[in-house]
Amino acid sequence: MLTPKEKQNSVELYFMESRAKLIDIAAFMDRVERDGLTDDFRYQAFLDALKELHSEKRAENVLVSLSDPTAEPIPAATTKAACGAWPEKPK
Amino acid sequence: MRYIEPHAHMVSRTTDDYQSMVVAGCKAVCEPAFWAGFDRSSVNGFYDYFCQLTDYEPKRSAKFGLPHFSWLCINPKESEDLVLAREVIAMIPDFLDRENVLGIGEIGLNKNSRNEHTILEEHVNLAAENNQLILVHTPHLEDKLKGTKLIVDLIKNDSRIDPGRVLIDHVEEHTVKYVMDAGMWGGLTLYPESKCTSPRAIDILEAYGADRLWMNSACDWGVSVPLAVPYAAQEMRRRGYDDDILDKVFFQNPMKFLSQCENFTVRG
Repeated sequence: MLTPKEKQNSVELYFMESRAKLIDIAAFMDRVERDGLTDDFRYQAFLDALKELHSEKRAENVLVSLSDPTAEPIPAATTKAACGAWPEKPK
Repeated sequence: MRYIEPHAHMVSRTTDDYQSMVVAGCKAVCEPAFWAGFDRSSVNGFYDYFCQLTDYEPKRSAKFGLPHFSWLCINPKESEDLVLAREVIAMIPDFLDRENVLGIGEIGLNKNSRNEHTILEEHVNLAAENNQLILVHTPHLEDKLKGTKLIVDLIKNDSRIDPGRVLIDHVEEHTVKYVMDAGMWGGLTLYPESKCTSPRAIDILEAYGADRLWMNSACDWGVSVPLAVPYAAQEMRRRGYDDDILDKVFFQNPMKFLSQCENFTVRG
């Protein structure tokens, strides 16, 4: 554990920044819905991950929600890039 | 403040970046071998790259008074081709006695494929046979959790490897515990969109302590910030941390890990 000698108020430090990010998320969801793209697997994974905001360890659980849960290496890499959500996640 | 940049791909950066880092207090920069953004066509491309990392780039850095160190490997993005990967691994011992070489890295996984896993194992064997430090890249985004578990398990299963001589880079909230529990070091990479922001990296320090964690910019040819480390230090100041803690996190911690290699000599 690490703590500062003079702990600052984290709401004072981060509320405005987080408020802006929250509005950006809301606007992103409006935009995707307006564009008829809600079936995209990445958006569905995004909606699933939002549920983790009601859990404990929110950041960790959001990351886990967006992760490949399998354990074995895949047969071969067919791409180099990652897309941010596991494409094979059941709907 | 003084700091060490333990992970930066300076071959992709400008001289302005060197100047800014030195002005911000950087005392040393460490450069792991990585993917160039395209696949090299032969082992000769890697020979040239290793010469750049161990000869040309240290000279460029020295013009700014900044000691430059490097790590050598074939990165996991090019490990799918086993023949090429093995040709590169066979060449690495020829470079290990260069005076700025710290060890084997950044090895690891990208898409968590069988061939990547095979080449990771062969890199770990190379490090064990040559008593080298290990720096590991963990996969991006949805592949990170699975890849980190595969990497940590593979290294733990090699009894020749002291976990205190292994740094697993790009840890996040869902992977840091595996690394800490294994007795290895973890790297927190500060990126604008992926990996960690400064506030999240500091959250992880607050949860897991600062004994075996460092921060790096991993600046390269993509979206990245060469001054991300001193910016993170500023964020820690905003949270109320004093200069002693900043010095431990940003200078003493990387110094402690990297000094396990006798080539790493830096004046504070």
